[in-house]
Amino acid sequence: MEIILAVITGVLYASGIYMILRRSMVKLILGIILLGNGVNLLIFLLGRITKGEPPIIDSAEKVLEGVYADPIPQALILTAIVISFGLQSFAIILVKRTYKVLKTDDLDQLNTTDEDS
Amino acid sequence: MTNDIIILPLIVHLFLSILLMFFWNKLNFQKIVSVVGNAMALGVAIWVFTYVYSSGTQVVESGDWPAPFGIVFVGDMLAVTLVLLTAITGFAVSIFSTISVIKARLKFGYFSVFHFLLLGLNGAFLTGDIFNLYVWFEIIIISSFVLISIGGEKSQLEGAVKYFALNFFASMIFLTALGVLYGLVGTLNMADISLKIAEVKDTTLVEISAVLFLVGFGIKSAIFPLYFWLPASYHTPPSAVSAIFAGLLTKVGVYALIRIFTLIYGGDSFLTILLLTLAIMTIFSGGLGAIIQNNIKKVFMYFIICHIGFMIGGLALFTEVAMAGVIFYLIHDIIIKTNLFLISGLIYRIKGTTNMKKLGGLYEHYPKLSLLIAIPLFSLIGIPPLSGYWPKISLILASFNAQEYWFFGALIFGSLITLIVIAKLWSEVFWKNQPEINFPEKFIYFNQLRFGQKLTFIFPIAFLTFVTLYIGFGAEHIQQLSERIATELMNKELYIDAVLKR
Repeated sequence: MEIILAVITGVLYASGIYMILRRSMVKLILGIILLGNGVNLLIFLLGRITKGEPPIIDSAEKVLEGVYADPIPQALILTAIVISFGLQSFAIILVKRTYKVLKTDDLDQLNTTDEDS
Repeated sequence: MTNDIIILPLIVHLFLSILLMFFWNKLNFQKIVSVVGNAMALGVAIWVFTYVYSSGTQVVESGDWPAPFGIVFVGDMLAVTLVLLTAITGFAVSIFSTISVIKARLKFGYFSVFHFLLLGLNGAFLTGDIFNLYVWFEIIIISSFVLISIGGEKSQLEGAVKYFALNFFASMIFLTALGVLYGLVGTLNMADISLKIAEVKDTTLVEISAVLFLVGFGIKSAIFPLYFWLPASYHTPPSAVSAIFAGLLTKVGVYALIRIFTLIYGGDSFLTILLLTLAIMTIFSGGLGAIIQNNIKKVFMYFIICHIGFMIGGLALFTEVAMAGVIFYLIHDIIIKTNLFLISGLIYRIKGTTNMKKLGGLYEHYPKLSLLIAIPLFSLIGIPPLSGYWPKISLILASFNAQEYWFFGALIFGSLITLIVIAKLWSEVFWKNQPEINFPEKFIYFNQLRFGQKLTFIFPIAFLTFVTLYIGFGAEHIQQLSERIATELMNKELYIDAVLKR
C-alpha cells in the first residue's frame, strides 16, 4: 500500500511541476491542482498508514494503548484541501479574466510588466 | 487569564474586516472605519507590546488544550515587535489608501480585504504552531491575490498571474516540508518540534525538510534564485498596495526563516554555508538590478531584494551580535520600504509618471516636500545618524568576527550601490530640470487637490518618516530591544520553556 501511494505521490508531483512549467495558462491550473493533490497524499503517507485501528479510547481506559491510526494528518489534509479549493477557484477566475483582457493563453506573451514605462 | 490580550490584534482586524463587508457600497463610511480601526489596532499593538516588554513571553492555548496538543499563540518579543510594526505601517497605509486608491477599486471591498491581510500577518507573527503558520500564510496570500488583481488592468492581471503561480508553488513546497517534518517528529508545536528534532537519527531527512522550508520561505521572501516573481508583479497594483506588500509580505517570509532556522534547525553548518551564499548572491543581484532600472518603483523593488540579503546573511552568521543586527535591520526595513512606495505614489500623483526619464524639477517646485522625502532616502543608504546606519554596524562587526569576508564585502557593496542609485535617483527626479513631455490631461494632479486631500497624502509619509527618525536618533532603545530579541532567539530554551511550561 505504501509503495503504491509513494509512486502515486511522485507521479503527481512530477506531472504537476511539468504542467506548471508549460506555457499555457490552462495547464498552469491543471498543474496546480495535481501538485495540491500530491502534497495531500504525501502528508497522508508520512502520517503512517495504520489499517483498522481507530484512535478511540475505550470507556474503561484512560489513554490509548498499542497501535492506532494518527488522526492529525487527516485534519491537516482536510484543511489543505479546503484552502487549495479556494485558491484553485480563484486561479480559474484570474486566468479567465486575463485571457479576456490579453486575448492570449501563452505565458510567454505576458511581458508588458517588464517593459520600461 | 490576562495573557489573552496577545490575540487582541487578531480580533480587532477580524472584527473590522467582517464589519466592513456589511457596508460594501458605503465608501466614505468604510474609509472612516478603516482608519479609526487601524488607529485602534495601533493602540492595541502598543498595549500588547508594553505588556510583553514588562512581563515577558505570553502564551495562549486555544480551547485550553495543553501546549503540545492544542494550537498555541506565543507572544515573545520578536512577535510583538513585528505586530507593532504591522500596526504602524497598516495605520499609515490605510490613511494613504483613502486618497490614493481610486473609487472603482475601493468598491470591490478593498478595505475589507486589506484588514484580512493585516489579520493574516498578525496571525503569522503570533502563532506557535507550524501548521497554523501555514494557514496564516494562506490567509495572507489569498488577500494579497485579491489586492494585487483588484481593478483588473492589463499589467495588473499579468503581474497577478505570475505572483499567484509562484506563491502557490511556494505554499505547496512549505506544505511538503511540513509533511516531511511531521513524519519525522510527529508533532506540530514549534517548541515541541525543536525538542524532538534533536532525537531524530536520520539527519539527511532533517536537512531535506530544512531545504524545503528554505525554498518555500525563500520564494516568499524573494532571496536570490527565487525572486523573479517580485520585479514582475510588485509595481503593478496601486502604490498603497505595493507599500504594504513591500513592507510586510516579504518580511513575513524573513520572519518565518528566522523563526524556523533559530528554533528548529539552529546553527546547522550545511545550512549556514547555503544561507550565506544565497545572501551574498541576493545582495549582488538585487543591487545590480536596481542600478539599471529607470522606473522609481522598480528601483525600490530591487532594493527590497538587495536588502533581504542583509538579513538572510546575518541569520546565517548565527551569533548574537549578528542576530541583533538582523532584528534592527528588519525593524528599520519594514518602515522604510513601506514609506518608499508611499513616496513613489506621491510622486506619481504630482507628475503622473514614475519614469525617471520623464521626471524632474521636484525640488524646484516642492522644496519642503523634497526635504521630507530626503530623510527616508538617506536612511535607506544608512547615512549616520539615520536608521539604516546602526544595524549595519552590528552586521559588519559580526561578519568580521566570524571571518566571513565575502559577506563583509557584499554588505559594503550593497550599501555602496544603494548610495549610487539613490544619488542617481535624487539628481534625476529632484534636481534635474523638468524635461519637455506631454503630460496626460485627464489626470488629477497633486496641485489641483484641496488642502485636506494634500494633507492626507503627506501625513502617512511624514508619520513613517518620524518613526524612521525615532529609530535613528533613539537607536539606543531599538538596539536594546534588538539585543533582547537576539538573546531570546539564540537561547531557544527560553521559548520552549515558556510554551511547554517546563
